[in-house]
Amino acid sequence: MARQLVLGLALLITLAVFPLFSPWSTVILTVALCEGLAALGIMVLLRAGQVSFGHGLFFSFSAYAVAFMAAARLGHEALILIPVATAASGLLAALVGLFIVRYRAIFFGMLNLAISMVFFSLLEKLFPITGGADGKRVPRPTLAGMEFGREQFELWIFYITLGLCLAAALFVARYLTSPGGKALEAIKSNETRLEYLGVSPRKVLFGAYLLSGLLAGLGGAVIALVSGHVTPELAYWVRSGEFVFIAILGGIGGVAGPFLGALMFQIIRGYAAVYAPETWHAVLGVMLLVIIFFAPAGLYGIATGSRRKEGGR
Amino acid sequence: MSVILEASDLNLRFGGVQAANGASLKVSANERIAIIGPNGAGKTTFINLCTGYLKPQSGRVVFAGQDITALSPRAITRLGIGRSFQIPQLFLDNTVIDNLLLALSAREGSWSPFLVMERHPKAGEMWELLEMVGLKAIGGRIVRELPEGMRKLVDIAVALALEPKLIFMDEPTSGVSSTEKFEVMDTLTRALDARATTAIFVEHDMDVVARYASRVAVWSGGRIALEGSPEEILNHPEVREAVIGVGV
Repeated sequence: MARQLVLGLALLITLAVFPLFSPWSTVILTVALCEGLAALGIMVLLRAGQVSFGHGLFFSFSAYAVAFMAAARLGHEALILIPVATAASGLLAALVGLFIVRYRAIFFGMLNLAISMVFFSLLEKLFPITGGADGKRVPRPTLAGMEFGREQFELWIFYITLGLCLAAALFVARYLTSPGGKALEAIKSNETRLEYLGVSPRKVLFGAYLLSGLLAGLGGAVIALVSGHVTPELAYWVRSGEFVFIAILGGIGGVAGPFLGALMFQIIRGYAAVYAPETWHAVLGVMLLVIIFFAPAGLYGIATGSRRKEGGR
Repeated sequence: MSVILEASDLNLRFGGVQAANGASLKVSANERIAIIGPNGAGKTTFINLCTGYLKPQSGRVVFAGQDITALSPRAITRLGIGRSFQIPQLFLDNTVIDNLLLALSAREGSWSPFLVMERHPKAGEMWELLEMVGLKAIGGRIVRELPEGMRKLVDIAVALALEPKLIFMDEPTSGVSSTEKFEVMDTLTRALDARATTAIFVEHDMDVVARYASRVAVWSGGRIALEGSPEEILNHPEVREAVIGVGV
């Protein structure tokens, strides 16, 4: 527990001071945090033994929600756009979750993928509304009522995102150690006993799915603001796959895992794209193979010395 | 005594096997009914039919005046029927404590994400229950590391944590050494008495049946072939022949 706390604090402090010395890293770190949020959502579902290959749906849905609201001047304030877009993705997660929690394993994963690809197609084909493959521009909104220049805006959004990630991570950590979190793990270990405790596994999974969709949506809302542009690529299966990749790379034993994974993912992508532009996907693949074979608990497991995939006491 | 459970004419066929063949049983409150019979007689099928795991093709099960035949295991559990399993159904990677606290949370409906297991409001009751079934010393152990006999007890303790009015126990002493069987059953009987819980248990050890059952139902071919007090049943010529035949 002490090692986990030290790891979390070290990660938080490093992230907080890094952009002050390296302003170029602000956007990269914000993107990593956004992807970390979506991967945290994947981690919640992995605790129940379920994997979603379609969380790009919630990520892109809230990103487009931000773009539409900003364009329509419904919300020209970042502190309104983020929660409203996140809530919209939560609503979508609730709708999808109503029937998707009936499925398990490969069917759960592939249904998520199918729905996200339907949304991807809609974004591409409905050109007059969505801007098709070109996407939509997101005008820079005000922040707490104030107009900022690009660099100042990016720095403030970074710190807001860092705060949101901390709050989300603390909440998820609490949830996973609560009876509800244990019931979620029980879906993986023994659904029969859960039924014979009088508990509905579907309701438990629905709650987790909703939380997972909200986390991905939060990441998507922020990424729309920081990149200033949204495209259908946010809903594409490759993006959803990256979230799963990040969760496994970082490890699901603790809430710091997905953020560690997201940071490592950005570092590998950044350097590999420069030094091995033709083979950077192969570099990512090799990295994942190394993790699966030699450190199944991910970077989190390496950092905390935990060998179990789910951490534990 | 009031009838708590009435199973009437339950039928279920799996392909060519008639697993329940007009099975009927009436259970009064506070009874301890032992179900005995050879393997494949339909004992576990009967439990599965009464607890919603399987649905009969015909017949009905009434519990405390309510028809539960078509209800889900979850709904039946909430009405007050608990069960333990032939192969214990537990959360193997969690501690005994966590298994019981999850059961207590399920009973109380306490699912707040801010409720930490280590500071669970029902922790006191959990320790009492562990003491009652003689498991206090192993509370912190991971279930996967426990021997089969102990897992059986944990499985029963989890079911008891729900405060059922009626509990089905499928072979509670299998996996327990012959020297410890009576100790385990004494402990269980005390726990059942303390909570005024009616119990139906499948058992192969006739000494256990003779000592702890108030009534015995002999299962054969998916239905009750004989029913009576332990003395009547265990001295019945057919039962003696069957029992001696399997070398018990």
